[in-house]
Amino acid sequence: MPMNAIDPRGVGSPLVKGARSLLSRYSWEIMLLIILALTNALNFSISPYYKWGKLLDATNLFLDKGFLAMSMTLVILTGYIDISVASTVALSSVVMAVSYNAGAGVPMPLAMVICLLTGAACGAFNGLILVKFSELAPMIVTLATQIVYRGIALIILEDKAAGKFPSWYPNLGWGYAGVFPVMMAAFFILFIVFAFLLHKTNYGRTVYAVGKNKLACRFSGINVDRIIFTNFTLNGLMAAVTALFLTSRMGSTRPNVANAYEMDVIAMVVLGGVSTAGGKGRMGGVLISIFIVGLLRYGLGLININTQVLMMVVGGLLVLAVAIPEMRFGSLIRTRKPTVPASVKA
Amino acid sequence: MTSTPTSAPQRRPEILSRIRIGSFRELGLLLFIAALIIIVQMSNSAFLTPKNVSNLLTNTAIIAVLSVGMFVVILTGGIDLSIGANIAFTGMVVALHVAAAPTLHPLIAMLEGLAIGIILGAIVGALVAKVHVLPIIASLGMCYVFRGAVFLISGGKWVSAHQMPEGFKAIATGSTLWINNLVLIAVVVMLIAQYVLSSTRVGRRFYAVGSNADAARISGISGDRAVWLAYVVMGGLAGLAGVLWVAKFASAQPDTAIGYEVNIIAACVIGGVSINGGSGKVVGVLLGTMLIGIINNALPLISSVSEFSKSFIQGMIILGAVLLNTAVKRRGDWRALAARHI
Repeated sequence: MPMNAIDPRGVGSPLVKGARSLLSRYSWEIMLLIILALTNALNFSISPYYKWGKLLDATNLFLDKGFLAMSMTLVILTGYIDISVASTVALSSVVMAVSYNAGAGVPMPLAMVICLLTGAACGAFNGLILVKFSELAPMIVTLATQIVYRGIALIILEDKAAGKFPSWYPNLGWGYAGVFPVMMAAFFILFIVFAFLLHKTNYGRTVYAVGKNKLACRFSGINVDRIIFTNFTLNGLMAAVTALFLTSRMGSTRPNVANAYEMDVIAMVVLGGVSTAGGKGRMGGVLISIFIVGLLRYGLGLININTQVLMMVVGGLLVLAVAIPEMRFGSLIRTRKPTVPASVKA
Repeated sequence: MTSTPTSAPQRRPEILSRIRIGSFRELGLLLFIAALIIIVQMSNSAFLTPKNVSNLLTNTAIIAVLSVGMFVVILTGGIDLSIGANIAFTGMVVALHVAAAPTLHPLIAMLEGLAIGIILGAIVGALVAKVHVLPIIASLGMCYVFRGAVFLISGGKWVSAHQMPEGFKAIATGSTLWINNLVLIAVVVMLIAQYVLSSTRVGRRFYAVGSNADAARISGISGDRAVWLAYVVMGGLAGLAGVLWVAKFASAQPDTAIGYEVNIIAACVIGGVSINGGSGKVVGVLLGTMLIGIINNALPLISSVSEFSKSFIQGMIILGAVLLNTAVKRRGDWRALAARHI
């Protein structure tokens, strides 16, 4: 191999170099932005009801899942997965509705706190099992607790619905804080918190480290169990936040709410460029992909496409998002692998 | 020869403990099942009647067929969450075909289901083995794609009992050699699996790839092909189960077998199949299947259990069995380590 082979990335002024490295560093996010633009273009072309003015309202329909996607990002970054989140949403929502309505009833703010505590408890239970039985696969444990949590919701409420919330409560899911919907404002505040937590704090760096190599972390004195437990508890807490907004939007709750939410949430996270093997991905990508999945569902919903077919699209998108970087043309977009010249091979 | 008198007493307990560790997990599960049977029988004497037992066996047969497939997939270190949708898809296609052509021979219907299932499994397998998408993501995504496809081909409608010819429904209700067809199929599938997994080259490859993919590759085993094959086997068995399911319940719906994969994975994990791949036995899977089948059959029989607490109890038993299994395995490993005389 000739020593003076020129790396194409090394050519040009510092400005060009900087732009190039930025491009290669954030190539996934840039691709996501392009997909987001394409999604919008598709939506505008298929439905006359898809208008800029309505998009702020439309965010109310999917940003509740966005809350979950943020904490799920942390869980997946450590190489774990949580399938029980949808059931956690259902259980905390049911517990809130029942504690508000039961007997004398607790005041609504307290019921909301109970909702958050329920979610956190569910997440903490997952985390506890996974920490104490570290050889168990997170998927198995959360598959089982998924049945258990929804089972508890079923025991509490049977096949009834619970609602009759105070008149101010629907504002959480439908109201506006100034120009922005309340849910959107809450989402962006929490997003900044999570992005800061992941990218600017010690804790965030540790999450990446645990995802890359758990054993090495353990040997370098990082309390891996605490990180995993905290992540799952946070995930449960965010499931409860999702429950707060979802219940407010629907006005009442049933044990079967939020069915198959985990699918959308995992799709959002994975499409956002977070590797399910752990240790790779950024909050920004997840933010864009939340809007891609959400707006796609909203747009297709406007032209009366059946839920099952919507799921089909999301499922296909999920597989594609993971498959594309693995395919040959994907490697052109992402990183240039060092190619061995033919002379060396021979 | 002179050293034999001193080494013999040392070797015996080692062999004894090895035997105990080897069979202990299946024994524990067997005792658990026996206890469960006794408890259920005590609370409702209708449990161990011939009618209910045959009902239990036919219901468990479909789980057994699926568990064998899932066992092979988990053995290679993967997981398949798409089988519920696979069952629904093959069941729907075959049901529509049978409804349109009532003279179709039941055997051909079953082969058709097998073939469609194999194709679906091959798609998931190709994503996992060739494109290297993580199994959980590939199968979760394809689960929804298949489910949507069922909806598209059926238009959301059901194929119900009166549209199906008697010959087709006889797949599940009829019997061969005095044994119900479903049970017979399940037994045959189990026996083939036992033979293939323990005594053939293909079967040992699944174990090799699952326990150490790198070592398997270095010793010349194509890991990708074995993994792909595992999903093909799973798909084929899910397709077969789809036909059996539709024949048994005499209806094909877009939401057939939704969430059913949890039962199957639970049966495997309870049966001692390591979710990390590379270990597990067909006998264990059989026992795990029996446990799940008994839970499903017995819960409605116990009058004190309301319909709504069924899924909670089911989940707790799965969780409990998984945790218990892990605890027993830890103890077994600890004993094995202690017996080593390092």
